[in-house]
Amino acid sequence: MIKSKLLNSITRTLRGVGHRMVERIWRLGAGARLFFLTIIYSGESFKRFHLTLREVYFTGVMSLLIVIVSAFFVGMVLALQGYNTLQKYGSSEAIGVLVALSLVRELGPVVTALLFAGRAGTAITAEIGLMKTTEQLSAMEMMAVNPIARVVAPRFWAGVISMPILASLFSMVGILGGYLVAVPLIGVDDGAFWSQMQANVDFRLDIINGLIKSVVFGVACTMIALFEGFDAPPTAEGVSRATTRTVVISSLTVLGLDFVLTSFMMVI
Amino acid sequence: MDRTKIDLWVGIFVALGVAALLGLAMKVGNLTSSKIGETFSVTAAFENVGSLKPNAPVKSAGVVVGRVDNIKFDSKAFEAVVTINIDRRYSFPKDTFANIYTAGLLGEQYVGLEAGGDEDELKNGDKITKTQDAVVLEKMISQFLFSKASETEKDASAVEPKANAKSTELGDAPF
Repeated sequence: MIKSKLLNSITRTLRGVGHRMVERIWRLGAGARLFFLTIIYSGESFKRFHLTLREVYFTGVMSLLIVIVSAFFVGMVLALQGYNTLQKYGSSEAIGVLVALSLVRELGPVVTALLFAGRAGTAITAEIGLMKTTEQLSAMEMMAVNPIARVVAPRFWAGVISMPILASLFSMVGILGGYLVAVPLIGVDDGAFWSQMQANVDFRLDIINGLIKSVVFGVACTMIALFEGFDAPPTAEGVSRATTRTVVISSLTVLGLDFVLTSFMMVI
Repeated sequence: MDRTKIDLWVGIFVALGVAALLGLAMKVGNLTSSKIGETFSVTAAFENVGSLKPNAPVKSAGVVVGRVDNIKFDSKAFEAVVTINIDRRYSFPKDTFANIYTAGLLGEQYVGLEAGGDEDELKNGDKITKTQDAVVLEKMISQFLFSKASETEKDASAVEPKANAKSTELGDAPF
C-alpha cells in the first residue's frame, strides 16, 4: 500500500518533469519556426520601411534615456572602483584602459541588452499579446494581411537595428562618464588616460567584436519578446505571464550567449 | 505622433549611433594610430621570442615603424622566424640589429631595430641576421644566483674552514 503510494508519487514527479521538458522543446521549435517565418516575410518590412522606422522609434529612440543615464553611472562607478585597485599597484593611468575595455567588450553589449529586454522587450510582448487577446491578429488574417509580415517582422528588424546603436552609445557615454571621474575628480593625467586607451583597445578585436555581440543579443532579445507575445494565451493573466517570461528568458539567454560568444572570440 | 517627426527622431538616433561608433573607433580604439601605409616585409630569426605576439609594434629609437606580421617555428634550424612589416617611408641598412625588448617591467614585448652602418638597404624579403633574443626572466635570475653562489663559494674557500662550518650551523644563507 505504502509502496504503491511512493511509486505513484515518483511516477507523477517524473511525468511532470518529462511534460515540462517536452513543453520547453515544443516552445523552442515553435520559436525557431517563427524566426524563420519572420526572416522569410521580412521583405514587407523593407518595402514599407516606415513601418520599421516607427518601431525603431518605439524600441530604440524611447530607450535612449535609460541607456544613456545608466551608461553614465556605470562608467563613473567603473572608474571609481578601478582606481581603488589600480592605485595599489601604482598604475592609476591604466584606468582608461580598464574602463574602455570592460565597457566595449562586455558591459556595453550585455547591460544594453538587459535594459533593452526590460524596456522594449516587455512592451513588444505586451503589445502583441494584447493584439492577440483583442483578436486584431485574427482580423488581419481575415483581411488576408499576414500578421507576421505586418506586425512581427518590422518589430524584429527594429530591434536588430536599434541594439548595436544603443550598445555603441552605451560604451561611448560610459567612457565619457569614466573620464569625468578619472580626470577632473581623481586627477589622473588627461593624456595618459586617452593614449593608454588607444594603445590597448583594438578596433577589430574589441570594438567590432562588441558590436557583433550586440547584434546577436538584438536578434535574441527581440525574437524572444516577439515569440512570447505571439504565443501568449489570450487572457489578461496569459499576457502578464508572457511579459514576465520575456524578461527572465531574455536575461538568461543574453548572459549565456555572452559566455559562448566571448569564448568564440577569445584569441589564444 | 506624425510620421515626419518619427523620421526625424529615428534620424537623430541613427546619427547618434554612428557618432558613437566613430568616437569609439577614433578616440578609443587604435584605428588611427595603427594605420601604416605601404609596407615591406623582412624576416628575422630568433632563438627565443619570449612572449612576442603578432601585431606587436616594431620600434626604432622609440618610434613605431612597423608591426610584427607573424611568427613561425623553423623546424630545421629550431628557431623562431618573425616576419616584420616595416613602413615604406623608412629604410634601414642591411646590418640592422633586431632585438626583442619589453616595454616596462611587465609590459608587452616589442621588436627594437637598431640601425647599423652598411650602405646597402634592407629590401622586401630580406633577412635580418643580427638578432638578440628576448630576455627570459627565469634565465636571468638563475644566472644571477649561480654567479652569486660561485662568489660565496670562493669567499668561503678563501677564509678558514672553521668559519665555513659555523655558517652552515647557523643555517643556509644563499647569498
